[in-house]
Amino acid sequence: MNFQELRDLQPIARKKLDERLAGNPDVEIYGDGYRLSGDYFRRQTRVVLRNSDIIDPLNIEEYIAMDGYRALADILEKEISPANVVETMIEAKLRGRGGAGFPAGRKWKEAHDYDAERKYVICNADEGDPGAYMDRHILESDPHAVLEGMAIAAYAIGADYGYIYVRAEYPIAVKRLRAAIAQAEERKLLGDNILGTDFCFHLELRLGAGAFVCGEATAMIESIEGRRGMPRFKRHRTAHKGLFGMPTIVNNVETLANVAGIYRNGPEWFKSIGTAGSPGTKVFALVGKIAEPGLVEVPMGTPLREIIYNIGGGIKDNKKFKAVQTGGPSGGCIPEQFLDIQVDFDELVRIGSIMGSGGMVIMDEDDCMVDIARFFMEFSVEESCGKCTPCRIGNKRILELLNKIIHGDGRERDLDYLKELSLVIRDTSLCGLGQSATNPVLSTLKYFEDEYKAHAIDKKCPAGVCKALKHYYISDACVGCGLCMRNCPTNCISGEPRSKHTINQESCVQCGTCVNVCPVKAIHVE
Amino acid sequence: MCTGNEFLQPLEAFLADDKLTESDLIEILHFTQNHFGYIPDEAQLLIAKRLKIPTSRVYGVVTFYSYFTQVPKGDNQISICLGTACYIKGAQNVLNEFEKQLGISSGETTADRHFSINPTRCLGDCSKAPVVMVNDDIYSRVEPGDVSKILAKYRSDSQEAR
Repeated sequence: MNFQELRDLQPIARKKLDERLAGNPDVEIYGDGYRLSGDYFRRQTRVVLRNSDIIDPLNIEEYIAMDGYRALADILEKEISPANVVETMIEAKLRGRGGAGFPAGRKWKEAHDYDAERKYVICNADEGDPGAYMDRHILESDPHAVLEGMAIAAYAIGADYGYIYVRAEYPIAVKRLRAAIAQAEERKLLGDNILGTDFCFHLELRLGAGAFVCGEATAMIESIEGRRGMPRFKRHRTAHKGLFGMPTIVNNVETLANVAGIYRNGPEWFKSIGTAGSPGTKVFALVGKIAEPGLVEVPMGTPLREIIYNIGGGIKDNKKFKAVQTGGPSGGCIPEQFLDIQVDFDELVRIGSIMGSGGMVIMDEDDCMVDIARFFMEFSVEESCGKCTPCRIGNKRILELLNKIIHGDGRERDLDYLKELSLVIRDTSLCGLGQSATNPVLSTLKYFEDEYKAHAIDKKCPAGVCKALKHYYISDACVGCGLCMRNCPTNCISGEPRSKHTINQESCVQCGTCVNVCPVKAIHVE
Repeated sequence: MCTGNEFLQPLEAFLADDKLTESDLIEILHFTQNHFGYIPDEAQLLIAKRLKIPTSRVYGVVTFYSYFTQVPKGDNQISICLGTACYIKGAQNVLNEFEKQLGISSGETTADRHFSINPTRCLGDCSKAPVVMVNDDIYSRVEPGDVSKILAKYRSDSQEAR
C-alpha cells in the first residue's frame, strides 16, 4: 500500500463499517464517529478507547476506516523531520501513563539526540497491578492504535526495531497483536519500506513469564535480553544505553495509544483536554465495592467523587465509602476527605498516593485498612527480585510487623517502627518497586492511624476482618438447642441442654459456623 | 546438534533455527514448558549448550520467573485444605488417603501426569470443612471414604479428553 491507496481505502472501509454498525443498539453516532450507547459511556470522554468495542480488532480496515494510520502516513508523506515530530510530542506534554508520569516527549528527545547505530522502541505491556486491566483491554480491542503509536515513536527517535513485552497471562491480547502485526506488515504499514518510503520498522512480541518487577524499564530490558528480570543500576539513561546497550525508549500501552491522536488532531487539541500539568485523558479500572465496575476514561482533573458516584454509580449495596486505593501495590489509600480533589499525576502524589497504571479499588466500611496494607505488602514481598537489600529484607520485615499487629501481638511502638522502616525502604531501594512498595503502609498509617491503634493497642479490628482479633460470644438469647455445639469443628462450645451455651475462646478458630447454624441469632462477633 | 534422545527431539528441532540467540532464552523456555508441561533438567542442559551460555544462567532464569516450573504438573490439580478448621475435622486423613490411592506425596505428580497434589493453606470455606478442591470444583465435608469416588470422576474425564 502507498499513500494514495491508503487515502482511497479509508472512505470505502468507512462505508463498510457504517453498514455493519447500522442498527446496532450498542453504538450510537457521536460527532463524525461512534461511541458506545448508555449513560455509563456518555459520561466519559473516550479518546484512547474511542474504537474500543466498536471496531473489529482483527480487521485492520475497520481501524483505517476510523482514520487509523493517517497520522503515520501524514508524517511520512509530508516528510516532517524526526526532530519536529519529537517537538510536537514535547509541546503536547503527554505524560507516561504507566505510573510515574514522565513526559514522553523528553524521553523521545533524549533518544533522538543520542547518536547510535541502532535504536529501539519497547512497548511496556507487562501490566501486573492487581485490579488494573486497561492495557489488556486496549491491546485486545484496538491493537493497531498501539502499533501506529510505536511506528511514530520509532520514526521520531530513528529506531528500526521494536518489541512489545506482553504478559503470558494475556493469551487473547497476544493473539490479536500477532494478527494485527501480520495485517499491518501485509499492507506495508509495518516492516520494510513503510508506505513505499525509506522508513523501516520491525516489531516483535516478547512474552513475560510472571514477574511483576519486569514492568520496570531496565528489568524489562534485562528480560528481553534473556536474563533474570532484575533492574539495573541507573548509571545510564535507557534513552542513551538501553536494550543491547543502544538508545531505547520504553513507553506504556496507554501512552502509545495516545500518540496517533495527538498527531491527527494536533497538540493544541490534546492540551484542551485535562489539566495544565497533565493534559489528556486517563483510563481507570474502577473495581472493588463499586456499583458499576468497569473501565472509565475521563479527562485528567476529574474529581474522584464524580468518577465514583456519577459514573460508577456509588458504593455497592449502599454501604459507607471508606477509601479508594489507586496505583496498585505502589500506590496508597485515599480517604473520604479527598474525594473532591482533581485526579491528575501531581495531585495524587501530593496526597501520598500515585496515579500508577490507573487501578482504582473502592473500599467500604467492611474493609480493614491494616489488612489491605498487609495484602499489598505480601504481593510486593513475593515480587521483589531480591537484588537490593532494602526491598528484599525491609519489605519482609514490614510484612512480619503487619502480621504481628493483625494477629493481636502488636504494640504501640511497632507503629513508629513501621513508619520509620517504610521511609528507609522508600529512600534507599534501587528501583520503583522498592521505592513505592511501602506506599500502601505509609498512606494507611497517615489517614487510618486509628485503625492501626485499635489493632495494636486495643486488640480490636473495627471492620471485623482480622480473625485473630475477632471474638464470638453467645448472648442471653440462646435457647440451648445445642446446634452450634454439634456443628463446631473444634468442639469449643459447651453447655447443658436448654441453658445458655458458652464458647471457649482458647480453642475457637473463628470459622463462623456457629453463627450460620444458630436458629435464634444469639451468636455475635466483636 | 543431536543428543539421540527421543524425548528431547521436539526441543532439538525448535533449537535448530540458527537465528536464535541468547535474547531468545525466555521464548525457548516458553516453548519447552508448553511442550513438556514443565522444564526438565535435560532440556536446560541442551538449551545452555545451544546458546553457548552456562547452564547456571538458564537455571537462574527458570527459577526467577514464576511462570516456569521444573516439576511436572498433572492434568488435574488436587488441593486439600489444611487450614485449622479442616485440619481438626480430619483433612490430614483425607490427604493421606489421596496420597495412598495415587501413590504420591503432597507436591508431587503421578507418573501418568493425570493428577498433582498441591499443599494448600486455608481455602476460606471453613464452615464446610474439610474442603477439597479439584481444578475449580469444590468438595465439602470430605471423608477418606469419598476419595476413590472423587478420583474416579477425573480419571474418566481426562481419559475422554485424550
